[in-house]
Amino acid sequence: MKRFFSSRRGMIVAGAAIGLMAAVLQIQGNPRNMGLCMVCFPRDMAGAIGLHRAATVQYLRPEIMGAVLGALLAALICREWRPRGGSAPVVRFFLGVFAAIGALVFLGCPWRGLLRLAAGDWNSLVGMAGMAVGVAAGCGFLKRGYTLGRSYPFPKVAGWIFPGVMVLLLGFLLLRTSFQEGEAIFFSTSGPGSMHAPVWLSLFFGATIGVLAQRTRFCTMGAVRDALLIRDYHLLTGIVAFLVTAFVVNLCTGAVDMGWAAMPISHMSHAWNFLGMVLAGLCFALGGGCPGRQFFLSGEGDGDAAIFCCGMFVGAGLAHNWFLAAAPDKLLQDTVVVGGPGLPGQIAVVAGIVFCAMLGMTARRHAS
Amino acid sequence: MADPTVDARGLSCPEPVLLVKRAIDTMDAGTIDVLVDSVTSCENVTRMAESLSCSVETTERDDGSFVLVVKKR
Repeated sequence: MKRFFSSRRGMIVAGAAIGLMAAVLQIQGNPRNMGLCMVCFPRDMAGAIGLHRAATVQYLRPEIMGAVLGALLAALICREWRPRGGSAPVVRFFLGVFAAIGALVFLGCPWRGLLRLAAGDWNSLVGMAGMAVGVAAGCGFLKRGYTLGRSYPFPKVAGWIFPGVMVLLLGFLLLRTSFQEGEAIFFSTSGPGSMHAPVWLSLFFGATIGVLAQRTRFCTMGAVRDALLIRDYHLLTGIVAFLVTAFVVNLCTGAVDMGWAAMPISHMSHAWNFLGMVLAGLCFALGGGCPGRQFFLSGEGDGDAAIFCCGMFVGAGLAHNWFLAAAPDKLLQDTVVVGGPGLPGQIAVVAGIVFCAMLGMTARRHAS
Repeated sequence: MADPTVDARGLSCPEPVLLVKRAIDTMDAGTIDVLVDSVTSCENVTRMAESLSCSVETTERDDGSFVLVVKKR
């Protein structure tokens, strides 16, 4: 079984299964073209615990908790659970912050980018091209010796903290906890945050995805990086399987709606779709994994990945508190009002790209 | 002369792969000892080395790390 998951066939099966589950989650109530999103969902969770007050995007997403706990389970069973960390945690935190901001300017992580493509939202092509450019730039830095340094073994308790937080949040969700009348935990009553599949289905699918992704090392950024850097297409086969399966399910359920204008939770501000994902791609490449992979690694005890995830929660909170996230296109009396980020979001994207470029150029291994 | 050693313990992917690839590219033939501390790095280095027609022998050590002996013919 171990060899199956590291084989190409295993990667294709895992990619197809993840694509299928993502598409089913959309049918079962998650927002359109958002069966899974490894940035929007943490953004909803950030809102649920009060890190932002955008009332339409607040929900404790069980898919994320399941993903972390599934990866934990798989790592424990396969003796790969290894608490570790200490590789430039502050840098990783800010990579997480900027990754979330970049992705929320595009309105989705690479996972949602693929789901948007699978439903015919062509704006996603622009964003995914931006991510590829960001990852390519990251590859350039890696070739020149970019590194955040080594991680080291940590005490076992460190590996339990992030999964423990996920269990706590799951408890809040199941008990619909409210610490004070009308306040925290927040659950949207309208908008994308109010749209969700049944809790147990989301949790089960999330956990299954966590197991599959931990075993196969499924990573949307890694797929592009490995193809560009070392001509290794192993991860890419899983991504293609994900995309094709989601497309076929969408086709069968009538969820394909091809076009550019007023697509679900999407905008036609092409320059910022592109640049937002350049920033996100850079952050994922410099941080060593796409947002999904960061959650799976957190489950298997990687404290550095957990710090990146914490950065994403905070970045997502800031993205809404500081109006950095893009607004989706709107239809007003049959006229499309093009969305996109405002000036603060545009400044944040440029600042993030400058931050990543400076990091890529300065965090380098000494020649040995 | 001792075989060249690449100590990639604690480095996250793709750094171990890049370090080993660089070592393979800079030698005509011979053996490289590679130290990694995760199954993921182990798999990735093995897949890359085998794609370059190298053979790889893997041994797990008591501390949970791995020694990969990469042979370039």
